[in-house]
Amino acid sequence: MNSDPRLLLLSPEDSVFVLRDQVEGGETVLVEGVLVTCSVRLGLGQKIARKDLKAGYKIFKYGAAIGVLTSDIQIGDHVHLHNLRSEYTPTYALNGEGKSEVMS
Amino acid sequence: MRGWLRSDGRKGIRNVVVVAYLVECAHHVAREITAGDSENVHVIGFPGCFPNAYAQKMMEQLCTHPNVGAVLIVSLGCESFNRHQLADIIAATGRDVKTLVIQNSGGTRTSITEGRSWVRAQCELLALQPMVPMAVSELIVGTVCGGSDATSGITGNPAAGIAFDKLVAAGATCIFEETGELIGCEAIMEARAATPELAAELRASVEKAARYYATLGYGSFASGNADGGLSTIEEKSLGAYMKSGQSVISGLIKPGIIPPKGGLYLMDVVPDGEVRFGFPNISDNAEIVEMMASGAHCTLFVTGRGSVVGSAIAPVIKIAANPHMYARLSEDMDINAGRILEGQATLDEVGQEIFDKVIGLACGERSKSEELGHREFILTYKTFEPLGPSCLPT
Repeated sequence: MNSDPRLLLLSPEDSVFVLRDQVEGGETVLVEGVLVTCSVRLGLGQKIARKDLKAGYKIFKYGAAIGVLTSDIQIGDHVHLHNLRSEYTPTYALNGEGKSEVMS
Repeated sequence: MRGWLRSDGRKGIRNVVVVAYLVECAHHVAREITAGDSENVHVIGFPGCFPNAYAQKMMEQLCTHPNVGAVLIVSLGCESFNRHQLADIIAATGRDVKTLVIQNSGGTRTSITEGRSWVRAQCELLALQPMVPMAVSELIVGTVCGGSDATSGITGNPAAGIAFDKLVAAGATCIFEETGELIGCEAIMEARAATPELAAELRASVEKAARYYATLGYGSFASGNADGGLSTIEEKSLGAYMKSGQSVISGLIKPGIIPPKGGLYLMDVVPDGEVRFGFPNISDNAEIVEMMASGAHCTLFVTGRGSVVGSAIAPVIKIAANPHMYARLSEDMDINAGRILEGQATLDEVGQEIFDKVIGLACGERSKSEELGHREFILTYKTFEPLGPSCLPT
């Protein structure tokens, strides 16, 4: 199915596309034949869902599992710390106030 | 390609004088000895005052690295490091070595004066040493990634993997590492092992890393990784794994063990036994140091966010994975793998470019980090048990 040329599929079994260029907030992007509107600006390398998936499902990238969904997602949704967690160790990152906290 | 022949048969692509301090208390004197000196004088050292077999072995391997021509040991005098054993091992290789004990040399000022005069004389001697022909198959090349983002696993790391495949095909030895950044790759990696017994060792090394990091409560994952679009350690790992290319994995080594023959090796960098001494490698240079202790002549360093480091002793080739970062930091980057994302180059083309850069370095070209004077070095405490019986090729 047709997708925006900025969307890169690394492996056929993957549940996400990788952005090969940035997408601005409010921009419309074609994902597997479905037009979706990006709510926020997404930079190079960010992940966008290829299909609707329920919380608890594993996300695949490079043909392998990269974590488990913590909430339901729809096609075109941004997949990152807010809805994906590691099956090994928690992901820490600096929050907007400059404090380190568990993000997923 | 030509190199400096050492008594153990290995050949160096650089011929540097190393100034090695044996405790942090001797660091200032070591640094001052090299101040204003040529690009061929490098400081390395171990900061701890308490004995550690791993650190002793690492310093012995680094001071007898093929890129090293002579060594000045700088000791405070009361630290636990066995300076006599280190000096004996260096001397046994035929290299010139001198030990300066600050407490016996009149203190800071006179130690610096004495050290500088020895180092200058050594530089003149090393400049006269002849070189001999060297083949690609005699090279050992390491790879690390640092300051990773979501582009690293798509451009720079797979391109480095292609360069590794070309080097292995030419008979060279290649080492990839950081088992803490292979978590989630166990199954696909063990399928590439030369033997079923080695496959089990590879899996066990990653499982050890997963246990170790779980105990610490953090993965090998920095805040910048998340900003760069990586969500989990598994995702970072799969990207990092791409550096290993497609070759058969010939063996599993630990830091300081020199691979016995050409091929691709995984380095197990996570300490054995219960969790002690904190994080296995506290920053990227600790990994580069371990590669060098296993004989690496140079290291491929893939970065998405934009690491600027180099290394003492062995040159580092910086591969920019992210085209936006390359635009900002091009003075620090040897290769722009970000062109792949922009459709301006293929993975194969960048892989060949990296291979050519390795050969260029071995022919005497200097990398960006070398030209900029980067000579970072870090060595901390670890504990390792001997390798299992199936780890090395026969």
